[in-house]
This record gives sequence, C-alpha cells and structure tokens, in this order.
Amino acid sequence: MTNAAEVARLRARIEQVERLGRVGRSGRIAAAAPVLPVAPGIARLLPDRGLRAGGAYALGRSGALLTTMLAAPSAAGIWCAVVGIPEFGVESALAAGVDLERIAFVPHPGDRWLGVVGALAESIGVVAVRPGTRVRDAEASRLAARLRERHAVLLVQGAWPLAEARLDIEDREWTGLGSGHGLLERCTAGVVVASRRSGALRRGRIVLAGAHDALGSSATQRRIETAERGSNSAQQRIETPDRAAAG
Amino acid sequence: MERCLVLWLPDWPVTALMRSSIVPAHAPIAVLVGNSVVACSALARRLGVRRGMRRRDAHARAPGLHLASADPGRDAREFLPVVDRLEQLAPGMQIIRPGLAAIRIRGPARYYGGEAPAAQALVAHLRAEGFPEAAAGVADGRFTAEQAARRAAPVLVVPAGGAAEFLAPIAVESLGDDALARLLDQLGVRTLGGFAALGADHVLERFGPTGAHLHALAAGRDSRRVAPRRPPPELAREIAFEPPLTIADQVAFGIRMGAEEFVAGLVDRQLACTELRIELIGPRGGIAERLWAHTSSFDAASIVDRVRWQLDVASADARSAEALAEGVATVRLTPEAVDPIGEHEPGLFGGASDERVHHAFARVQAILGHRGVLTASLGGGRRLADRIVLTPWGERPIAAARTGDDRPWPGSLPPPLPSAVPQDPIPIAVETEDGSPVRVRARAHLDGHPARLRIQGSARRIVAWSGPWPLIEHNWDPGTMRRAHRFQAVDESGSAWLLLLEGDDWSIEGGYD
Repeated sequence: MTNAAEVARLRARIEQVERLGRVGRSGRIAAAAPVLPVAPGIARLLPDRGLRAGGAYALGRSGALLTTMLAAPSAAGIWCAVVGIPEFGVESALAAGVDLERIAFVPHPGDRWLGVVGALAESIGVVAVRPGTRVRDAEASRLAARLRERHAVLLVQGAWPLAEARLDIEDREWTGLGSGHGLLERCTAGVVVASRRSGALRRGRIVLAGAHDALGSSATQRRIETAERGSNSAQQRIETPDRAAAG
Repeated sequence: MERCLVLWLPDWPVTALMRSSIVPAHAPIAVLVGNSVVACSALARRLGVRRGMRRRDAHARAPGLHLASADPGRDAREFLPVVDRLEQLAPGMQIIRPGLAAIRIRGPARYYGGEAPAAQALVAHLRAEGFPEAAAGVADGRFTAEQAARRAAPVLVVPAGGAAEFLAPIAVESLGDDALARLLDQLGVRTLGGFAALGADHVLERFGPTGAHLHALAAGRDSRRVAPRRPPPELAREIAFEPPLTIADQVAFGIRMGAEEFVAGLVDRQLACTELRIELIGPRGGIAERLWAHTSSFDAASIVDRVRWQLDVASADARSAEALAEGVATVRLTPEAVDPIGEHEPGLFGGASDERVHHAFARVQAILGHRGVLTASLGGGRRLADRIVLTPWGERPIAAARTGDDRPWPGSLPPPLPSAVPQDPIPIAVETEDGSPVRVRARAHLDGHPARLRIQGSARRIVAWSGPWPLIEHNWDPGTMRRAHRFQAVDESGSAWLLLLEGDDWSIEGGYD
C-alpha cells in the first residue's frame, strides 16, 4: 500500500471515529454535536453530512452558494442572520426556500463585524458573514469557542483560519441563454469541498440556480461554453443539443 | 423520573379552625377572605356553599353557617405538627402548603413493600390522627401526584409514564393560574390535555417562561425528569433587617422586594424554583429553617406566604422561638431544586426561543444603531432593489408585505433571480467586437451585438446574451417616469449578469452567482 493511500485510509477512520462522538467519562458514548441540514448535493461532500453545530465553514465568493447553504437550515425553522453582505439577493433566497420570517440582515457592520457576529452567535442558529477586516487567529478561536458553546454555525464568505471545511464553486454551466435570444434557465456547478479533517478534496455537482430537477435531464437545453470549462476558442460556441447529450 | 407521593387533607383551613378554637359542633363552617368563601366544611358543601361564594349567598344557603376569617398563620401552625408526626413514619416530608405535603416515594415504598401500601399506611396514620378525609396520590412528579390525591378515595396511584393520560381530561383551572386558565378558555382549550397539545414554542412565545413551565406540567412532564440540579450558590439571596424586626407583618413586607429579585434572578437563567429553603436568622445567629416545596414553581407572593407561615410556626416551637426571641435579622432564601424552563424539544437546536433571538438582535442594534439590523419582506416593483422592503428589527413593515405571487408585476423578472442585488447599480461598459458602445435605438433596435463587459476596468468576453427587454416605470407620471432596457449575459468565466441600459449608461442590476 502506498503512503498516500495509507494516509487517506487512516484519515477516513479518524473521521469515522469522530463522527461517532467521544466516549464520555461514564463509558457511554456522548452524543456528538447536532448536525444542521444542508442541501443534499452539498451534504454528501461534507464530513458530517451537514453543518456541524458549533463549526465554521469558509465559502467562496458565490452568492448563490451562500443562498443554497442557508436554504435548508432556514426551511427547518432555524434562525439565520446575514452580516456584511449588503447585496444579498433576498428574492432569490426566498425562491430557494429561505424563510424571510426567520432571517435578519446586518448589511453594514463596518469594523465591528466581529462583535456583531459574537452577539448573534449567542442565539442565532446560522450566522453568515463577509468579514470586513482580517480576523486574527486569537479572535477566531474565541469566536469558535462561543459557537461551540451555543451550537451556532458560522458561514464565512472569505478566508477563515479555523474552518471545518472550505467550500467553493467551480465550472459553472448555464443553460437557456443564446446569442441574442433565450432566457437564463438553470445553472449547474461543481462544488469543491476541502475538509479540515479529511484533507482530500471532494467534488460534486449541484443545481446552483433554477429548477431543481435531476441533473442533465433535459437534453434539449443549450449549454453555454465558457473559457473556464476549457474552451480556448476565441469565438463563442453554443453546443448543439445532441452534442450536449453526448457530453 | 421521580415518583412522588402527595398527601392531601381537604378543607384544611376549616380543619385548622376546628382544631384551634371552639366552634359549634355539627354546624356548617365556612372560612372567608374578605367577603368570599375560600373553604367550607363538608356539611356546608352539602347545603350548597361553594368556594368563591359571597358571604351573603353562603348565609342564604345555610342559615346556621358558622363564619370565620382566614388565617394562614393558624393553618400553618396546625399543619406543621401533623407533618412532624408523619416524619416519624416517613422522613423527608416536604410541605407544599398547609394541608398538602409531598414525599419522594422510593424510600417508603421499599419499606412498606410497594407504592400503594406505603400510601395506604400514611393515610391510615392520618385517619387515626383524626383526619377522616385524608387522601394520597402517587405519580411522576408533584403536580400529577397532587391531582391524583384530589381524586383519590383514599389512595390513587398513577402508573409511571401514565401522567399525561391521567391529566388529559382535567380542567386547566387545576394549574392554579387564573389568568392563564381564562385565556385558554377563550382559546377553546379547557383541559390539560388540550393545553399540552399546543406547541411548546407557541406557548413560550405567548405565555412566557411561566406558561411554558405550566405547559410542561400539563403534559405530565413534571420537573424531575433529570436528576435535580444543584443550583448555583449565587442564586441564593439574603435580606437583612437593621434593626431586627419582631412583627411578622414587617418581615413579610420587608422581604417582598428581595423575593421578587430572587425570582427574577432565577428566570434570567431560565430556571424555576421548585424547592426552597427559608432560613430565618436571629440577631445572635440562631436559625429557624425549613424546606418548602411547590407543585409548579415559587413566585414572589408564594415565597412571602411561606416566610409568614414559618414565622407563625416559629413562635410555637421552643427552639425556633428562642432563636428568634429578639426578632429576625436576616432572611435567607436558597433554591434547593430548580427546573429548566422554556426547555426545548431536542432537535430544535439553533431554534432558540424568540425572546432570546430578539435579545441578540437588540444587542446588535445597541452596537450599530436602530437601522443596523433589518428584516426583509417582498413588496411590489419592477427593479429588483425596489421589490425588497427592509424594515428595522422590531418594527413592522409599513405596507403589509405583498408577496410577488399574488400580484403580477408586468415586466418583473422570471426565475431564476440574481443572488446578488447591489443596492446601487454598478456602472459598467458594454462594447461590441470592435470596441464601440452598445446602444438601443427606437423600438428596441440594438446597435451592434454585445461582445465585452468592462467592470471596473477589467474586460470580460460575453459568451451568451439576450435582450433588450424594455422596462418602463411610472409611465403615468412624466416627472418620475423611467425607461430602461434589461439584458442577460454570461461572461467567459461562467458568471451570469442582469444588465441595465438606461439612456447610454450601462449598469449591473444583479449577479447570478
């Protein structure tokens, strides 16, 4: 067995043991921290199959990714707060399943974003934040302790030193729009998850925007070829339906 | 789950009256507070006298009625010796109030060989003492046991886990909270079962922590599901008097504030006190102490009552009388057992009570100002930024939120909607292949095809686009009328944009990623 394979195997075992929870002093297996629901496509890629209460997660800049992450907890009745993201698309969040009755916005916290997040972590289940300034490691670990104590989840749009996992979007693929005609219909995207515990990257595809039917069910949709997907051709290329089905 | 036995001596104020003073034998008796009956003898009840009846009405029913005014001190004085004698049979008696005492059943049940035999032994003892109506109830928790005792003839054992079923048909008045019972009645909830069926969150929201605690009682989830928690010592409270007080009324008046603070301190920590130790301390350090229990939880008024009863009893007991001979210098209230209130069902993690959520947002408002925390609702409009009504936390939206679904807005955007909506549109440039700006002429005719986006200086190639879709607002008012054209575009990095062309100015109305 190669070293890399051995390391991967051991990491998987550690993760498995951690998921079982720690054995308490009484010898009983103490219940692990509760896990908040998250969109199934993303849950598959996360070490706990959801958002671990008390954990922090670093997200890429995608607003649609944040909306997707908030939708399932909010639909489950958990209070959410969005800090420092003034352009948060409320209407798309509503369409994704976010309950507007149980979400509040702090669009301009300025330099005091950390204090605001700390206050909210006391009783809000999921706090999403775009840090206005760089966070120091000591401040982050103080906040992490409070999150663990209060079983809150922190979603950071940006870098975070103590993140359970980093999630980002790659390889977006839009359908529905042509050259001067059509309408944006659906966006599927790849999700890359780097877990602090497992190390290795996990990848999957989700529907980032638009109707949530099964991936690739509609072969008649046109796909828009973008440079990110490896097309080096200078002129834009719209794939024909049969090619889309073949690819 | 702790099994508990409650002993009940019905009509205790009448019994205490009969034992302490000479009343005409075989006469109906009623005890009054002010002008209304609070207790009456069995004979009076047969004649039609009821609790809550006015003096005159009671007299009309039973002309020979012997009337006496209530005296809580007398009730306590007469009851405590009874309990002390019971303690010789079964130690660990807790007085709930005169006429009602509780005990953990485990010890006696082992000694007497079962819960029912133990209860029967205690009732038999009371009957032999001259209380023919004594009854006992055994159940999970004191509240259920008290309800069982009131329906016992003379012993009723509610099996473990059967509390909810037993309580379900009982009227909500038995919770002892008149305001709550009245309100529930108006809501059409008349039994404990009906009250228990309400959602715990809704009860907490509407009736506060006290209501939530009563709700748990009604559902048969009495206190001690978990082992009694040792409450933190800082919750105890001492009320000192300088100089020491000698009159019971003065002491009772003096501790009222302290008792309220004591209860508020517990509520702050989401706790309800179910067992309370009251220590009366004389100026020379002599102590008269007693442990009191409560079926639901102690509030300020019930604590004052207990202190008053204890003072009344102290004068009868030689040792206590000596300790307090020179008056009371300090009253110490110590919670011996507490229950969590507003406890949430497991699985509702992150769903803190709305009160706490409000507290968190209010704190952020204290940091950032009133408009620092906003809630959003959907209003009407065509531009994305106009459709969202943002309201400071704690206020209601001025116009009732109109959801987009029930009111079609011509020209509003079909889904999917942009996940990023800048509050002010971001100016950009859109160019054709040869670098000239894209414009829209009359009748939505496009001058050249969009090929590049310039966002803050950086150029991105457009790989797909469509438009223009005209956007006309306020066309009834030339002063505020706005005309614009919308476009959708996907750039080479896979980002999708909602673009707006107003006159010759391009801007970003929304981003889809």
